[in-house]
Amino acid sequence: MKAYIFNIQKFSVHDGPGIRTTVFFKGCPLKCIWCHNPESQSKGKEILYDKSKCSLCGTCIRACRNQAIEIKGKTLMTNMDKCSFKGDCVFACINSARQIAGKEYTLDEVMKEVLKDRVFYKNSGGGVTLSGGEPLIHAEFVEAFLKELKKENIHTAVDTCGYGDFKVIERIAEYTDLFLYDLKITDDEKHILYTGVSNKIIIDNLFKLSKIHDNINLRLPLIEGINADENHILEVLRLIKGMNINKVNLLPYHDIARHKYEKLGRPFAGNMEKPADEKLIRYKEMFEKEGYMVKIGG
Amino acid sequence: MRGYTERTKKLREISTTTQPSISLERALLETEFYEKYYGTVETPVLRALNFKNYMEKRKLYIGEGELIVGEKSEGPQVAPTFPELCCHTIEDMTVMNDRKYISFKVKEEDKKLQAEKIIPYWEKRSMRHKILESMTQEWKDCYAAGMFTEFMEQRAPGHTVADGKIYQKGFLDFKREIEEEIEKLDFLNDPDAYDKKAQLEGMAISCDAIIIYGKRYAQYARELASKETNPKRKEELLWIAGNCDVVPAHKPETFAQALQMYWFVHIGITTELNTWDSFSPGRLDQYIYPFYKKEKEEGTIDYDKARELLECLWIKFNNQPAPPKVGVTLKESGTYTDFANINTGGINPWTGENGVNEISYMILDVMDEMKLLQPSSNVQISVKTPHEFLKRAVEISRKGWGQPAFYNTEELIQELLNAGKSLEDARFGGASGCVETGCHGREAYILTGYLNVPKVLELTLNNGFDRYTGKQIGIKTGNPEDFKSYEDLFHAFVKQLNYIIDVKIRGNNVIEKLFAKHMPSTFMSVLTDGCKESGRDYNAGGAKYNTRYIQIVGIATITDCLSAIKYNIFDNKKFTMGDLLKALESNFEGYAHIRNLVLNHTPKYGNDDDYADNIMLDIFTRVRDLIRGRKTVCGGTYQIDMLPTTCHVYFGSVMGASPNGRLAGKPLADGISPEKGADVKGPTAVIKSCAKMDHSSTGGTLLNQKFTPSSIGGQEGIENVASLIRSYFELGGHHIQFNVIDRQTLLDAQKHPEEYKDLIVRVAGYSDHFNNLEKALQDEIIERTEQAFN
Repeated sequence: MKAYIFNIQKFSVHDGPGIRTTVFFKGCPLKCIWCHNPESQSKGKEILYDKSKCSLCGTCIRACRNQAIEIKGKTLMTNMDKCSFKGDCVFACINSARQIAGKEYTLDEVMKEVLKDRVFYKNSGGGVTLSGGEPLIHAEFVEAFLKELKKENIHTAVDTCGYGDFKVIERIAEYTDLFLYDLKITDDEKHILYTGVSNKIIIDNLFKLSKIHDNINLRLPLIEGINADENHILEVLRLIKGMNINKVNLLPYHDIARHKYEKLGRPFAGNMEKPADEKLIRYKEMFEKEGYMVKIGG
Repeated sequence: MRGYTERTKKLREISTTTQPSISLERALLETEFYEKYYGTVETPVLRALNFKNYMEKRKLYIGEGELIVGEKSEGPQVAPTFPELCCHTIEDMTVMNDRKYISFKVKEEDKKLQAEKIIPYWEKRSMRHKILESMTQEWKDCYAAGMFTEFMEQRAPGHTVADGKIYQKGFLDFKREIEEEIEKLDFLNDPDAYDKKAQLEGMAISCDAIIIYGKRYAQYARELASKETNPKRKEELLWIAGNCDVVPAHKPETFAQALQMYWFVHIGITTELNTWDSFSPGRLDQYIYPFYKKEKEEGTIDYDKARELLECLWIKFNNQPAPPKVGVTLKESGTYTDFANINTGGINPWTGENGVNEISYMILDVMDEMKLLQPSSNVQISVKTPHEFLKRAVEISRKGWGQPAFYNTEELIQELLNAGKSLEDARFGGASGCVETGCHGREAYILTGYLNVPKVLELTLNNGFDRYTGKQIGIKTGNPEDFKSYEDLFHAFVKQLNYIIDVKIRGNNVIEKLFAKHMPSTFMSVLTDGCKESGRDYNAGGAKYNTRYIQIVGIATITDCLSAIKYNIFDNKKFTMGDLLKALESNFEGYAHIRNLVLNHTPKYGNDDDYADNIMLDIFTRVRDLIRGRKTVCGGTYQIDMLPTTCHVYFGSVMGASPNGRLAGKPLADGISPEKGADVKGPTAVIKSCAKMDHSSTGGTLLNQKFTPSSIGGQEGIENVASLIRSYFELGGHHIQFNVIDRQTLLDAQKHPEEYKDLIVRVAGYSDHFNNLEKALQDEIIERTEQAFN
């Protein structure tokens, strides 16, 4: 059993309690236009190319065993149909302009890696967070992974967009100490517009999950001009009223992912902004008034 | 202005704004004394009488508003010189006066006195002269090539710490005990009885010297009081006189007298000789808490009063710049800091229980408020340490200027036990200087110099030839292109290493003898267990325990270098040894592809990657086993430390490019920290890698971690750093310290030093003003990997 993982982030302190290791799975059913990890969206490996570091020296072109790279104007073009992801170009590049996103891991390999930081989990009340991309699309792997972690008595968190088969969620809930459950937009049309999918399943799954699990942190990405307004916050409050949810994380948008889009050669929707601090504080108060514990940031 | 009270605000201001300068008072008194008495008495008596002469005749200083009195020289930031150890040339003095960093102002008339009185007498008599005259050509070649440094070249052995005895006894008591030892001498059967008598007499005279100094202060304070018109100050001066009537002759009775007692002792130790890493009160909170408790119960002291007195003591430490250094000694320790490293917290040394008390918290408050370079304050964290105390310490450390550093109590004790000390003595142990471990008040643990391990590989790759000096300084271990395997190379490296260590230790043996013979330290001997009983000096193996350290520099650099060779040349055949040698020779110019592979695609230390970390372990074990346990000429034992002070910059400057991609002349990695930019997996991976070496078989290791301020914000940030520390210590780590400052600020500070006069950063086992650091070191600190919390 293997899964594509694009990062194993140690000393992760914003994805659940304490010092954690966050395992980022590759592949996501949503295509949020504000996504901070665009390299997580596609399931397979990808080449990241940093044009700003490239001197067009051609070393990578000579190194590539498949003749997949060529110079086009002032940039390099990679023919992805030819690329076999052996990393010849990555090793050859003297400017560190090329990277491969995504690596196949077996369960043993990923367990070995996350167990390295066990002492920190113990002393900080931390553990392992499964994130992505979307962990749910690696259902079998994720379930086995969580089981192994619980066998080792390690605190587990799953960061999910909630878009998946509830049977999977139900199965992994048993081994998940904490769900970090994203809710992006309550209005379905808007949701489809900005994420590419309907939110019906997401909301439905959240409702069902809250019946069988009592440790759910709701995570709200807040993007100025998209969902950072009081009406939307009121909608969210109405939606989750009565659900067994007591913690909310407000995640203000930031544009540090801009360079990642460039490296992937994909357009960056640049007209989004971080909501003003006063707004965030106001929303925090709105949730707090209803009895929720709120944190700005992860 | 910083300071808990108006008084300490003013005193701190003077301490931090006065330009360091040199006074020849001590040198002149000493020269006059030597001209008269040299040859008339045995050496220990001569040295003791010289010390007494200084204490009798030197100028006294009581600053406006001071409550604790005593300075090493004529006032704050004035440094005495020690021509018997290092006789500065006029050129040295000009350099000290003119240099941009770590300057000391020298008066023109003093240069004249130096030329007319000091140099003619001491030029051929100083220890520095004796040492350099006695070294072999091999030693001189290695020294010139920067294979190692020599601590005793300009300064005396020292590097020890007070224990609790000075709070329980006065110097009249110590003198009585010494006289009893003289009474017991057996001239019939003991062939050394005569030497012992001279030593013990010297020690008794040293007691007189410090008692006289205290009495003079009592008298001087009364004199000032008689002229004082402000009634409040008059009363204070009489109070000072009252304290100096009691200490140091008698044991202290009050909290203030306990602090004054320590301070007199500190001045005594650091003016008898210019001991390396000055001196320190060690476990201060443990020793002075009983005084505080008693007085608090009696209602004669409260938090505010005690806090003010502690701040007065802190300022006293800061008033004393390290003795002026020149040449290589300045390069290995380029700072005003004199490394009086105070240990707070840990365990109660008498009971083994948690030692954190009210004074421990008060010391943290003082450290936080004073924000001074000296003393170098640290905390000891034991498994028994309350979480609150750790959190408070982290909270201060997070402010970004490097204090307090964190030490692992259980590991410190284990180190001492492994080195053969009793549990009882080990509990009185702690860190001093930068990170070095010893049994306070019971051990002479003397640092002898830094060892440039990465340069040993450079020699190996050049068959023993040094390109920097253009000489064959190592042994011939073969043409590296003929090595058939990584093991062949490693074997040659170890042979070369063994040779260099032998050269160093041969030199050490001579220097140790020279100090034992010519520079007994009779006052230090009074304060160190074992000297009185053995009738032998601190500098002649008289202490209960005697240890000499060689400090290992650049473990990360050498690990990454060997990893680069093993991984790319032998395991994966990416290029040949010939290619690498050419790349190194050309400083990687024209060899960008090789540099890319070794820099970016090779396993490196600091990432919890066993490939690199196992290489580190191989090197660590070899270096340690080649040094640890060797006997010194006066009956001590060798140990290793893993710390750099500022020597990693100097050692890098004498080297060409190295196989890990480091360019010629660039600094080596500091302490046991990973190479700059090599640790890409975050602080937990760094800690895991660092913890793989057996810290408890060393005398201390140093780990620097740099964070951006935003990455450790909030209450959670404190908890996370606290958990990091607890985890590192659970894994057996010795020490960790933090720089919390962002790169942008440092870059800006480099450009606009005038706007950052207050910016303090952690360097090695100490903090320093960013502006006081030479450019290469500033760059090095900027390049240290910034760990971010994600």
